[in-house]
Amino acid sequence: MFLEIKDLSVKIENKNILKSLNLNINKGEVHAIMGPNGSGKSTLANVLAGKEDYEILNGKIIFKDNDLFDLNIEERAQEGMFLAFQYPVEIPGVNITPFLHSAINSKRKRMNQDEIDNLSFAKLLKSKASDLGINIDMLKRSVNTGFSGGEKKRYEILQMSILNPDLAILDETDSGLDIDALKIVTDGVNKLKTKDNSFLIITHYQKLLDYIKPDYVHVMVNGSIVKSGGSEIAAEIEKDGFQKFQ
Amino acid sequence: MIIVNSETLNTLDSYSKNKYKYGFVTDIDSEKPRKGLNEKIIKYISSKKNEPSWLLEWRLSSFRKWKKMKEPDWANLNFPKIDYQDIYYYSAPKGFKDKPKDLSEVDPKLIETYNKLGIPLEEQKVLAGVAVDVVFDSVSVATTYKGELEKLGIIFCSIGEAIQKHPNLIKKYLGSVIPPGDHSFSALNSAVFTDGSFVYIPKNVKCPMELSTYFRINSENTGQFERTLIIADKGSYVSYLEGCTAPKRDDNQLHAANVELIALEDAEIKYSTVQNWYPGDEEGKGGIYNFVTKRGLCAGKNSKISWTQVETGSAITWKYPSCILKGDNSIGEFYSVAITNNYQQADTGTKMTHIGKNTKSKIISKGISLGKSQNTYRGEVTFLRKSDKARNYTQCDSLLVGNQCGAHTVPYIDSKNNTAVIEHEASTSKINEDQLYYCRQRGLSHEEAVSLIVNGFCKQVLQELPMEFAVEAQKLVSISLEGSVG
Repeated sequence: MFLEIKDLSVKIENKNILKSLNLNINKGEVHAIMGPNGSGKSTLANVLAGKEDYEILNGKIIFKDNDLFDLNIEERAQEGMFLAFQYPVEIPGVNITPFLHSAINSKRKRMNQDEIDNLSFAKLLKSKASDLGINIDMLKRSVNTGFSGGEKKRYEILQMSILNPDLAILDETDSGLDIDALKIVTDGVNKLKTKDNSFLIITHYQKLLDYIKPDYVHVMVNGSIVKSGGSEIAAEIEKDGFQKFQ
Repeated sequence: MIIVNSETLNTLDSYSKNKYKYGFVTDIDSEKPRKGLNEKIIKYISSKKNEPSWLLEWRLSSFRKWKKMKEPDWANLNFPKIDYQDIYYYSAPKGFKDKPKDLSEVDPKLIETYNKLGIPLEEQKVLAGVAVDVVFDSVSVATTYKGELEKLGIIFCSIGEAIQKHPNLIKKYLGSVIPPGDHSFSALNSAVFTDGSFVYIPKNVKCPMELSTYFRINSENTGQFERTLIIADKGSYVSYLEGCTAPKRDDNQLHAANVELIALEDAEIKYSTVQNWYPGDEEGKGGIYNFVTKRGLCAGKNSKISWTQVETGSAITWKYPSCILKGDNSIGEFYSVAITNNYQQADTGTKMTHIGKNTKSKIISKGISLGKSQNTYRGEVTFLRKSDKARNYTQCDSLLVGNQCGAHTVPYIDSKNNTAVIEHEASTSKINEDQLYYCRQRGLSHEEAVSLIVNGFCKQVLQELPMEFAVEAQKLVSISLEGSVG
């Protein structure tokens, strides 16, 4: 199994957020999780990425044969987990080029691969940026600093395409995007998709799924997955909302 | 002001086990007169340096002023009383009569010391385009690229040598910007200064390379009192950089330097400091007391003086590089990064005195406090009566890491001219857990993430450093945070 979440219960500040959640993802699959606000979708993303504010009450997560709870945040990232944030944070004064360059090299180091030199990396970054319609001038700016919502999301996808993860988690990446930006972002995802990597797409709306075709759709309500199926579920939600799952 | 979780604290704790890699001692015999401060020692220094009698008299009168003065006590610093009689005021490697003519005459142990510090003295190995004057305890041991500079009429030598060879310039400018009686540390320095650098850039000459001085305190219980004087004649330009290190010792050592800059009409001086004196250990034992007076005079119209400092070392830093903007349209700038860790204390900032019309000053200060340290920005911006349409922009940012340190901002503004424009911005930024989480999610370690964020915070200042040193300074910032990167 590529990713196996078994009976996961999580709380934060005395509030139970995830309750006996189960989810299996195989290599090459695209999964979408839909759910109303406050259902625990972002918590799931952050627990997978290793954010430390949560208390794991019960359950187990296996990622690429590793017990995920044995790995810290950066080790998970280096193992090929990527989280595209809902609200990417600004880091003033830190240029994206050295930032991503260090990131890719720390991953390569863990994989016992040689580091990428400056020049090759600059080339790689430029070509990926132009693929995503990102202006080269934007690469000169500090990470997320002064970016619009759409720019931030595109930057997340750029980083994803550079780091080429095995499992990409997209946390409400579609929120705050207009149609043009949404297309750029989803094109990026579709280009990156292969039979060897997997996607977990968290979204509130069905719109995103018009552009990225999921293999499975899960409905999450109150910290558990209450229904799983194909893309027909997304259409159901579009029509009737989450009401009937609650 | 800052959100911390236990992992951050653990990482910070490991940072505090800071390894100071310049802490070694060179085993070299030195020649020292007895400890203590008196007229005899001043006469000794003066005769060692073969000085003219007017200079000895100047020293002695400074000493008499010092005896009547008290140390300035307004800084936010806490330290035991300095015992001026328990300090050696002169120390030179033994047999060091005259400055060696070339490197073959320099003690190999000294050359090795500087190689270890990353300052090779052989010119072919020296950073391309940087001329270096090297001061070891009380004497200058080598100056590189001298011949090349002489062709342009540029004088770059130790102040001791300048006193011998260019007495008129010394007589005219020494003490002209920092009068000996200004305060007790300037009086002390004027009485016992030993070596330091002297620079004169002739009219309309742009100095083609960075000039640099490297200060090293080696001997125990020895004070270093260097004196630097830089004169940029009309229409000239010079960029100057100083670096400093000292061995690890349990006792505190005193360093009280005076630096005077004079920029005549249309001249520009850019002065950069990378200060990395031994900061003491994680218990706060040892370290350098760094009481430095730096002042620049923009004497002529359209002149410019720019101070950039990266202050990471010393147990105590008391330092306010200042500009007196006398010439109309003159510009003063101050860019500062001060990092304090463990029990370090820094009280640093600047003074901008606007005298001429249309004078401008800009202050960018970044203070980073870790561990149990205290970091104070202290600035004074004054507009005198005739400084029509003068402007000042001040930006002070502090970064607090951990919850046992302190950051303080003390800006004074005094305007006697109502056409002055004053802008002041202050912020307390924080390394927040979200930034760390974001970086780590991309695969960077906790240490890398902190160092990246802090370097980003300082960038506005670091980019003011000459290119050759910007990379070094960045590394130094990382080292001050974590110990032994690079």
